[in-house]
Amino acid sequence: MTNRKDVIIQVKGLKKNFGTLEVLKGVDMEIDRGEVVVVIGPSGSGKSTFLRCLNLLETPTAGDIRFHGGSILRKDMKLDMYREKFGMVFQLFNLFDNLSVLDNVSIGPRKVKKAGKDEADRRAMELLKRVGLEDKAGSYPSQLSGGQKQRVAIARTLAMDPEVILFDEATSALDPEMVGEVLQIMRQLAEDGMTMVVVTHEMGFAREVGDRVVFMDGGYVVEEGNPKDVISGPQHKRTRDFLSKML
Amino acid sequence: MIFGLNFTFLSKYGFYYIEGLKVTLQLAFWTLILATAVGVVMGMVRVQNYKIVSSVIDGWINFIRGVPIMVQIFIVYYGIATSLPQFWAAVVSLTVNSSVYIAEHTRAGMQAVNKGQMEAARCIGMSKLQANWYIIIPQAIKNILPSLCNEFILLIKNTSIVSVIALHELTYTSNSVRANTFLAFEPLIVTAFIYFMITYVLKRLVGILERRLHAHD
Repeated sequence: MTNRKDVIIQVKGLKKNFGTLEVLKGVDMEIDRGEVVVVIGPSGSGKSTFLRCLNLLETPTAGDIRFHGGSILRKDMKLDMYREKFGMVFQLFNLFDNLSVLDNVSIGPRKVKKAGKDEADRRAMELLKRVGLEDKAGSYPSQLSGGQKQRVAIARTLAMDPEVILFDEATSALDPEMVGEVLQIMRQLAEDGMTMVVVTHEMGFAREVGDRVVFMDGGYVVEEGNPKDVISGPQHKRTRDFLSKML
Repeated sequence: MIFGLNFTFLSKYGFYYIEGLKVTLQLAFWTLILATAVGVVMGMVRVQNYKIVSSVIDGWINFIRGVPIMVQIFIVYYGIATSLPQFWAAVVSLTVNSSVYIAEHTRAGMQAVNKGQMEAARCIGMSKLQANWYIIIPQAIKNILPSLCNEFILLIKNTSIVSVIALHELTYTSNSVRANTFLAFEPLIVTAFIYFMITYVLKRLVGILERRLHAHD
């Protein structure tokens, strides 16, 4: 974290209101290429909203988000092209229920990147192999377990060759015995140098895989730093209270 | 003689039914295609949250639903589409009527698709149009098929009302049979049976389609 040489995302004074409810009250953050940022915090602290602002699923009320130096909030921004570069993995998977596993992974390259069907399917099979599900290519989402669904969702995201992947509580809806298989793939991605922003309650993962932990509460970043320092020796009382409930 | 009922008129007047059935089937065919096209498009536009367009469609749907279909047919035939041939005036009024119900079913079906599906599609860079076309609409069709089938059955039965503008469809011709034979009851039983057969076949066809769409559930 000492040499910040390649900042790809800069967030400045990010605010988000839902009606009169102010969820984000001014968040600043910089994320480097290849960095794994783990965002922790209690429910309602604004972690998910922060993540959803990064790929503009939610439109920020105030502040700025810069990607490679350019604001993504400017009027002439090509939203679809920007979102392509931001993968997102959801808590509830959101696999396309009407498509087979293979099509779930290949539809993005085919329809958005206009890749040929053979090429897209071949690449989709490679990715399914990577997440250990090549034998499920012909299945439909309803025939998969939660862990399998999430692995397909990760493959679907990787198929678009994103620069950043956002994980919104990717393991929170899984049965305990399936959490490991998903975390294993996330760990592998981190080792391969993928830039990741991970909202999670998995403190073990945060400690082992995270380059930096960010603790959010009440719409602010309360504390951030090296995962081992923050988790083992939190400086702020609110961080201590939260961690004492988690560990 | 069956149960004291006399069906001997069929040998002489059977072709009346055939002619009427032809017109009814043509009416149903065109109305079904046009009403589905118009209704689905209306329903899809309705859920896109374009404020003015949505409220115009809303008003239209409420207005059409609030006026009896027979009045609508008279209005179209004697007022608006006076230059249209009888048959097409009937198709237009039946289409107007059915399409608003189909629009409502479509809206409900689209809204029933989980919001996460649209978000996931946008997250891999699909435009709203692509997301609707490849992800949302295929799922919505599966959702609305049962109510659409109901609507089609209603539509077929509603074709009988256009006998009021003297279009020679099944109900009209069966009345002609009654007038010619002086039989009040028997010709109606034949008519009822024919309508039932049309709707029953349709129901079975949609059932097959439904089973194929749900093969992966």
